[in-house]
Amino acid sequence: MTGTMTSMQRTLETMGFKEPDRVPLFLLFTMNGAKELGLSIRDYFSKPEYVAEGQMRLLKKYQGDCVNPFTYAASEIVAWGGEVIFRDDGPPNAGNPVIKTNSDIETIEVPSIEDSPSLLFSLYTIELLKKKVGNDVPIMGSVISPFSLPVLQMGFEAYIELLYGEPDLFWKLMKKNEQFCVAWANAQLAAGATAIGCADPIASPDMTPIDLYRKTGFIVAQRTIAQIKGGVATHLASARTLSRIDDLAKTGTVGVGVSAFDDIGEVKRAINGRMVLIGNLNGIEMRRWTPEIAEQKVKGAIARAGSGGGFILSDNHGEIPWQVPDSVLFAISAAVKKWGRYPLNWVTDEG
Amino acid sequence: MTVLPTSNSNTSDSGQGNRKNHSLSPLLAEMENALISVDRVRAIRIVRDSCITGSPFMCLETLIVPVLESVGRRWETGDVALSQVYMSGRICEEIVDTMLPAGDPRRVDQPRMAIAVLEDQHTLGKRIVLSVLRAGGYVVTDYGYGLSVDQLIDQVISDKVIILLISTLMLPAAIRSKEVITRIREIQPQTKIIVGGAPFIFDPLLWEEVGADAMGYAASDTLDLVRRMAEEVQR
Repeated sequence: MTGTMTSMQRTLETMGFKEPDRVPLFLLFTMNGAKELGLSIRDYFSKPEYVAEGQMRLLKKYQGDCVNPFTYAASEIVAWGGEVIFRDDGPPNAGNPVIKTNSDIETIEVPSIEDSPSLLFSLYTIELLKKKVGNDVPIMGSVISPFSLPVLQMGFEAYIELLYGEPDLFWKLMKKNEQFCVAWANAQLAAGATAIGCADPIASPDMTPIDLYRKTGFIVAQRTIAQIKGGVATHLASARTLSRIDDLAKTGTVGVGVSAFDDIGEVKRAINGRMVLIGNLNGIEMRRWTPEIAEQKVKGAIARAGSGGGFILSDNHGEIPWQVPDSVLFAISAAVKKWGRYPLNWVTDEG
Repeated sequence: MTVLPTSNSNTSDSGQGNRKNHSLSPLLAEMENALISVDRVRAIRIVRDSCITGSPFMCLETLIVPVLESVGRRWETGDVALSQVYMSGRICEEIVDTMLPAGDPRRVDQPRMAIAVLEDQHTLGKRIVLSVLRAGGYVVTDYGYGLSVDQLIDQVISDKVIILLISTLMLPAAIRSKEVITRIREIQPQTKIIVGGAPFIFDPLLWEEVGADAMGYAASDTLDLVRRMAEEVQR
């Protein structure tokens, strides 16, 4: 934390659409803590203590405004009976689908949180982080939305065909996924998470047409978010948001992760005070940025979306790639302190 | 979770699938609407009614390929969603399979072509490209997904593939394609390599960094790239 407010105060202030001392910076690190501890990614994710320590070191190093106990998306799939594939230089992937044929939807059982080691791992990580940061730094819990989880459960192609061709089975799967997602989110909140980031890329206009979304994912999101006992921020995981802002706002979400391909200024105007905007630095391109480019990108995002609060600077996907150099991350952190101090008089001065 | 993104253009979310595309002839527009509405029956009827007298390739060149290219362009501009692109490709692939069954000598099997997902497990991008190329009448060998660098190189060399399409979703796999391309070039320099997938879209310089001959932004781009490369290598 930096400035006159704690990270929590800064974040809450901006979520209330007021200007805090400066723009909050959410550097959403996942596997990156392994480098700090000198561990392989697989070893890093073998103990909650490592993840908690990695997050604390990254918080201190880059002076961001949140910690992120999220390990990898496949941890949910492991709970459903799937496998995880580790690699040395990137996030672990989910392996083969756990729903191999549509008929498996009838029989697949909703995992119990208490009986899922991969989920208990994250809950313990949250507890450890809570002991370390107390109420000073937001702890971001994470779930995959019931509407997007089938991409990992059954594969993208099979899921698209289910969406278009098997409405009854689709809704059976949604019922199970909603039950799981709500329980998983609430368990994280009970363990000490401040809020829940909900990854829902299939809600993007890039993925589903609006009429299909309104008949499916929108209803699912409304029902799910209503049962989660804390704030939920929806992240479309790099996919665009702009034209779906009105629908997303009606789901009950309090924040939205914005794509690097969205015009962040237009999104801010479209949101019109209904959700906090989170984004939208291009994490993939970040790998080749220089510190100077990083500063320009930060400055540009703040100029377009920072005024009036309601804005958290972050990457556009919810995960900083392993390949992004420290120099760029330091430059992002420094640029937020340089250009993100409220009031943003320089924005007006520079026109 | 990473997803396939689209271009910098801002989407209008008018992608209900029924908006008329005025740049197309009435027949092509009708076919396009059938596809993005995922109306198989209507799409099959349009092909049946309009391709009675022509050869299958006439039908491909004048109806199916232009419509798939148009759907791809509309995805790039955010006017249709990826789910519609996928379903359009699948429907066209099914239609073409009935006109030109697998093994039909009229399919374009030269130069030898293959596609693979390098290291990643996500196959949607590959599946869409495969559908579009097959709907375009091409024979393409599918090497599957999750291939290691060595496995992919061995397959390409062993099969003497001339046009290789590498699909990736995650950044590390996209970066690893450089090793695949470099090593294939050492052994089989005539092989042309097209890369595609989210990392190449988010970082528009990445395809050149890994040494690819081209990048397929959308599946419809790939159809055009393959067509041009095939002409080039056969010259």
